[in-house]
Amino acid sequence: MKQERQTRRATRGEVGHEIPVIPQLDNESEEKKTGALVVLRRGLNVSPELRSGATLTVMMALIVATGSLAIPILIQQILDQGLSTDTGLRTGFIYTSCSIALGIITFVVFAQRATYNRLVKVAETTILELRIRVFQHLQKLSLADHQESRKGILTARVTSDIETLSQFAQWGAIAWIVDSVIIIGTLLVMAIYSWQLTIVVIAIYIPIVPILKAIQQQQFLKYREVREAVSETMGQASEAVTAAPVIRSYGYEDSVREKLEKANQSQYHRQIKAHKFFALLAPVMDTFSAMAIAGVIVAGSYIGPDIGLTSGEMIAFVFLTTILIAPIWELGEVLDQTQTALAGWWKILSVLDVPIEVIEPEKGKRLPKGPLEIQVEQLGFHYRTGDTVLHDINIDIPAGKNIAVVGETGSGKTTFVRLLARLADPITGTISINGIRLTEIDTASRHDSIQMVPQDGFLFDQTISENVLFGKPGSSEGDVLQAFESLGLHWWIQKLPNGIHTNTGPRGERLSVGERQLVALARAQLANPGLLILDEATSAVDPETEVALVSALDQLSQGRTTISVAHRLSTAERADFIIVFDKGHIVETGNHEFLRKQNGIYAGLHQSWVGNTQII
Amino acid sequence: MNASATKKEIPQEKHLRRGLDLIKRSFKIRPISHAIAITGACLFSISAVALTRVLGYATDEIIIPSLDHDALDDRQLWIAFTLIIAVGLSRGLGAFLRRYFLAGARYGTELVWRRQLFNQYLDLPMAFHRKKSPGELLAHADNDMMIASLALMPLAFTVGTFFLSIVALINLFLIHPAIACIALILFPLLAGMNQLYSKRVITPASAVQEAVGNTSALIHESFDGILVIKSLGRSDAEVQRIRTSAAQIRNHRISVGRLRAIFEPAIFALPNFGVIGLLMLGTWLIDKGSLTIGELVSAIALFGILAFPMRIAGIFFEELPRSVVALDRIDEILQLETPHKKNTGTSKINEISVNLKIEGLEARYGDQLILDDINFTITSGEIVALIGPTGVGKSTVADMIGGLQKPTAGQVFLGNVPLEDIDSQQRNKILAIAFQESFLFADTVEENILLGRNFNNDDVNQALATAQATDFVNELPNGIQTTLGERGVSLSGGQRQRITLARALVGKPKVIFLDDSTSSVDPVIEKKILHNLRSHADVTLLIVAHRLSTIKLADRVIFLNERKVEGTGTHEELMNIKSYATLVKAYETSGEIQ
Repeated sequence: MKQERQTRRATRGEVGHEIPVIPQLDNESEEKKTGALVVLRRGLNVSPELRSGATLTVMMALIVATGSLAIPILIQQILDQGLSTDTGLRTGFIYTSCSIALGIITFVVFAQRATYNRLVKVAETTILELRIRVFQHLQKLSLADHQESRKGILTARVTSDIETLSQFAQWGAIAWIVDSVIIIGTLLVMAIYSWQLTIVVIAIYIPIVPILKAIQQQQFLKYREVREAVSETMGQASEAVTAAPVIRSYGYEDSVREKLEKANQSQYHRQIKAHKFFALLAPVMDTFSAMAIAGVIVAGSYIGPDIGLTSGEMIAFVFLTTILIAPIWELGEVLDQTQTALAGWWKILSVLDVPIEVIEPEKGKRLPKGPLEIQVEQLGFHYRTGDTVLHDINIDIPAGKNIAVVGETGSGKTTFVRLLARLADPITGTISINGIRLTEIDTASRHDSIQMVPQDGFLFDQTISENVLFGKPGSSEGDVLQAFESLGLHWWIQKLPNGIHTNTGPRGERLSVGERQLVALARAQLANPGLLILDEATSAVDPETEVALVSALDQLSQGRTTISVAHRLSTAERADFIIVFDKGHIVETGNHEFLRKQNGIYAGLHQSWVGNTQII
Repeated sequence: MNASATKKEIPQEKHLRRGLDLIKRSFKIRPISHAIAITGACLFSISAVALTRVLGYATDEIIIPSLDHDALDDRQLWIAFTLIIAVGLSRGLGAFLRRYFLAGARYGTELVWRRQLFNQYLDLPMAFHRKKSPGELLAHADNDMMIASLALMPLAFTVGTFFLSIVALINLFLIHPAIACIALILFPLLAGMNQLYSKRVITPASAVQEAVGNTSALIHESFDGILVIKSLGRSDAEVQRIRTSAAQIRNHRISVGRLRAIFEPAIFALPNFGVIGLLMLGTWLIDKGSLTIGELVSAIALFGILAFPMRIAGIFFEELPRSVVALDRIDEILQLETPHKKNTGTSKINEISVNLKIEGLEARYGDQLILDDINFTITSGEIVALIGPTGVGKSTVADMIGGLQKPTAGQVFLGNVPLEDIDSQQRNKILAIAFQESFLFADTVEENILLGRNFNNDDVNQALATAQATDFVNELPNGIQTTLGERGVSLSGGQRQRITLARALVGKPKVIFLDDSTSSVDPVIEKKILHNLRSHADVTLLIVAHRLSTIKLADRVIFLNERKVEGTGTHEELMNIKSYATLVKAYETSGEIQ
């Protein structure tokens, strides 16, 4: 049943899924070559279920090989024993051997079905568990590992890399075992008939290996060019679409049309070029196959009589020769897939090596209700592979105050507040909340008592209500409405097409940045934390929403400690206390009036703000 | 099998008809490539059958004589040898032609369809782009296109398979009618089983695709929202969410696997059952003397090559519905009618001083009234600020003045001539709009300013100077020839806005509409820019602004509120209107520290 594998090859080639899937490469470093055995050993350690998968595959391979070899052997037996010229037709023998073959083939159909079913289950479950395990690990990593620049890489590990591995599991991995068994089995049966002819066949087929490899390599390179061309075309198309108003009002259509046509043409030419190598494989394989058959017939008819070969054996040998080509072809095809799959697998497994830095306490201490106070002592922080971000930070924040943190981009202010929410742990020094070390606080209690409203106001692709309920699972919709109402945002909810049941779209993109923050504020209101950390949006928020945000925030900060990373002067002006960061140090502290008179960094920031709004 | 996957099912016959349509269209685009590919497929089929005949011949003329009777005929041997090699080569040639020209047919078809699509993207009115997301439009050109042409790949092979079945049957009849009877039972069984498999696998296979898409969307969301997830302590819930979704992939893949486990072994076992039948019948016929061993060998070999092409034909019928659906999505765009562009008016207007007049302007999106009876006039040399809350329709006014959108009622006049009556070349010259979003092409600074128009260096330099962009452009690595964008230099928001401003100014327009296009520019620089513009006494300038400093630079303010013009006058005069005062106060608070 070699042809089954053959179909899977064909479904790639003849049917057009010809672009090999390669895992998204990370730009972080050049790829290290890891031996296949090392990857396999590591992979088996992480997914021990694979052992039973391998056993199943070997079983299936033996079954498939039996099915493949049964027919040539039957032909030989019948031609030599059943139809021998000396004895005439031996009907009994023919019926018996045909019944046996019928039994074997029927058995193979069912046995193959059973093993394949189990194999798919094992493979898919293994892939699922691996994906979840890696995803879970990624979730536990500290925020330092989730920097913007690495997000794409991390996402690829649990999406495209896993998909590549899954495709390999469905085809390549099975092909390796089944094809090897078929090749070995076929060669064995051949050798039993005639070892001399077997050597002839092997000698003819051997040059296929380097030729296949060379064509494959070219194909691989050409497909890379195709991918580049496709992304060029899509880049041009993306401009044509997003710049639609500009193109129209400046009459730029024809130039853009020309650029698109050029990209489109070049994509076409590269696709054709790449496909040429795929097309070339066919005559190469057919030539070798024909040479092997012709070689066997010539050699067999010359030396056959001397080595006592019967005509039945010879005919069976010819059939076996034709069987051999398909698995060889397929192994050549999966070679590249194997390399990329192993590299991808290794990358997936490597994720598990990234240490989890924020370790939750076994039995933590609980925080009290009400406003919290914070003590920061000699805090220092740097990302694993970066420069120091915060140096020797010492500050006491009394309970119930409204604090603004200001500073230029990269001054460390955002990192500082993230450490307060324990999105990462300090490298040196300590943070204590109400006298309890942050690292010793019970996880659930920490999440209840410390809430953070992030800058971009990310929302899940669900309703506003569901997004707010994350603040305090188990609350009712009435509570959600109440939360909006107490922040004075009732009018805004009423403005929305479906009220609190309005879907926010992916990442909350159906709402503006400011509106997303309104939802995040309502979520915090529902959670009622003792410490609220707010990272203000940097991008412009439209004025009405801005006014709503300011008054909602006023409400929200009542009765709790609030720390805002301020990008607006108005926020700083209203704060009880301002902490000014510069290059990872706290350089100034005090209230607005005091700091303005200091003529320091804050006064400078204030100046540029004034320039932005006042009449010049 | 989830609901959404089942929903997509459309009756098979309907798909077949529309599938034929798809193929016809591709044939019209690439008739020769398709013809050669099909010829190649048929050559492959004939050669494959011929090879089985040659094997039979070799059996009777070489193998049997030499091994059973020790009577090797050298001449026969070399004939057989040459025939096998020749037939093998022609089979390979057939496969090569099929594959290579099919690529030409498929990608050639894509090339044409994609070109048509791109032309639509360029020629359809702005309203189309406002309705569609860029991602959606790009997906039509990328993924949909790939899937729409996918069914073309196994097309030639399928025709070749049909041909193969006929040639094989004729061949078997020529060998012996009784043997052909076995084939007559076997062929329909094989074809039927393939059809059944294809039909049943479509649903779970598309469910797999969908589940993969859903899961990766969820994972993307998870990583985008990691900050929220971590700070809310929702990691475990998130893992659970992904597990549920990923388990769908596994379940659907197992369903596909189950079908494959049932059908594939059976489909490939069928010819083997046929071979057993052949052997029983064949030996009896050989014994009776009406069949040679070689003929039997030839028939067996023929049965051996049947299953694979049949499967490919099956896959063709599996792919066709998917391709039809993808092409439908593309056709939705291709069938939209584009306006005749070149037939705009012929009236010339006096360019010395051009005023901008808007009369009874109305805009609707569907039933929703956006702008209602807007009237105002801006005389030459005047700077007017257009103020209004978010979503009031300021950008709609910009679109209508720019001719990107037709008002549902009312008219825009330039120099007292209705906009659509003005010669389009002259209109593009005297009117310039700088949009809210400063879009830069991945091209040089110069090309970004020229956009294919003919202006000399002086014009460009002057525009850069007016837009206060000369200094930073000179500091770029290659000055005005510096490439911008992803693979080039990236500029700050304010710099980008100044380049787009230079783009608007390079043709020395008489009427300029700045749609909040200096929002990221430093106020001091903005003031200089407006000062530069004012120094050209005959320029009519309309500015949408969100900054108090900008408002104060205007001679006059038009206040748009609740679909109408609520007031016109100087900033101080309008401060008496309560809604205006509130709005402007909001602008004051929203100033930024950075």
